[in-house]
Amino acid sequence: MSLRAGAAIVGVAESDLGEVGPGFTPLDLIGQATSRALDDAGLEKVDVDGLFSASAYYHMPTLSVGEYLGIRPRYSDATNMGGSSFVSHLFHAASAINAGFCEVALIAYGSTQRSASGRLVSGSEALPYEAPYKPRYPVSAYALAASRHMHEYGTTREQLAEVAVAAREWAKLNPKAFVRDDLSVEDVIDSRMVSSPLSILDCCLVTDGGGAALVTSAERARDLAKAPAYLLGAGEAHWHRNISQMPDLTTSAAAESGPRAYEMARLGPEDMDVVMLYDAFTINTVLFLEDLGFCEKGEGGPFISGDRISPGGELAVNTNGGGLSYNHPGMYGLLLLIEAVRQLRGECGERQVADTNLALVHGNGGVLSSQVTAILGSEETL
Amino acid sequence: MAEDVAAVGAPAEVYRSYLKKGKLGFQRCRGCRSAIFYPRMLCPVCGSASFAWEESGGGGTVYATTAVYHRDREPHNVALVDLEEGFRMMSRIEGVPVEEVEVGMEVAFAVREEDGEPAAVFVPVAKTGEG
Repeated sequence: MSLRAGAAIVGVAESDLGEVGPGFTPLDLIGQATSRALDDAGLEKVDVDGLFSASAYYHMPTLSVGEYLGIRPRYSDATNMGGSSFVSHLFHAASAINAGFCEVALIAYGSTQRSASGRLVSGSEALPYEAPYKPRYPVSAYALAASRHMHEYGTTREQLAEVAVAAREWAKLNPKAFVRDDLSVEDVIDSRMVSSPLSILDCCLVTDGGGAALVTSAERARDLAKAPAYLLGAGEAHWHRNISQMPDLTTSAAAESGPRAYEMARLGPEDMDVVMLYDAFTINTVLFLEDLGFCEKGEGGPFISGDRISPGGELAVNTNGGGLSYNHPGMYGLLLLIEAVRQLRGECGERQVADTNLALVHGNGGVLSSQVTAILGSEETL
Repeated sequence: MAEDVAAVGAPAEVYRSYLKKGKLGFQRCRGCRSAIFYPRMLCPVCGSASFAWEESGGGGTVYATTAVYHRDREPHNVALVDLEEGFRMMSRIEGVPVEEVEVGMEVAFAVREEDGEPAAVFVPVAKTGEG
């Protein structure tokens, strides 16, 4: 039984983003985003019977979210594999809807990490075999991967910087982006080094923010307010938790999650109009373009170089400005989905990619650990 | 003689006991002969529960490296080292400025005591000038 086009995202919304101010809790942002997403879909809270959430704040997130919102789900899934979790939740929600275990699923997330501390809130435990060496979590893990990619394939700091510049160019077109001022390759390279070869502008933002997405059956989706974004394909994979256990630091498990999603969708990378990749660090975009088949392994640096993933370039990547320039509230996966849905609906204003009917969303979690790919399509793609 | 994995104690404790003697211990799977690190109770390659502890010769190559920067002190190195026996571990390369640690550099195991605990580190192997 294929999940292809069995379910669709029918409502999406962000909470307030950026810096929401003292006193607000992550649950407050989830409440705000959920209210907006229900309005977006034309659904009532009472319609929701499936609940999906992950959190670095709440040990039992679907319980906390369900209690706060007054939702009593008959299907509850708090899968946590880091920032990719929400793309996984979409996959799992579609599976549950397909199997008849729920009809309207809410995927929700919130974080107040910027207002609370200005630092990444992470529940990650240290591996005893890594802790003595004091890697900075998670940036040092990504820096190790970047060092290896540079060694094997000649990828340069300039090419990594171009990822950040492309994200910034998209962010300039998005009024909700947290940083929208000019950025050059030199600015990135000259910025404060954090964990070489990654400097502070190779790293994602630390912002507040949250989101909500509503998923229902394709049949019910057609009766709702907005054009459905159908889930055509999904795949997930993970091979390690800790960076010292990653088999090959230049190839992530996206090399498996991507083909799984393509196979279900009966589509390939060449079909995608918009590509949303989890860019916690500049190296991510390079690795995922390779692992998801947009270019050959090792060719990610040249692929992005020369404004090829900037507005007006060859491939529309991270059109909201990404985790690098739009927002990154600790876990970012849900915001990837929201942007993809809006691109499919044609709601993206200045940054709208013309004739978008297919969008690939790729979530990453941990330290290049969990990889989840989803392919969304408009009515025309069915 | 090969030792039974459970009989010799908790994997983390056996590893530590090797370090306390100045040695780098790792497990060798009796099923598939893979070198296993970090130590466990089941082979992540073949699923066998039968291991032997072995002592590494300590020779390795830097697989990946980063220098972690601080606002108030000098940067420190974090590296992944591939040991000649076929396992990889996180460690630190000492005896060379952090930005001079390179992928592919040949290194050798040494033990340091930190906060009362032994830790495995690596130092560059001096070039002999031959070959």
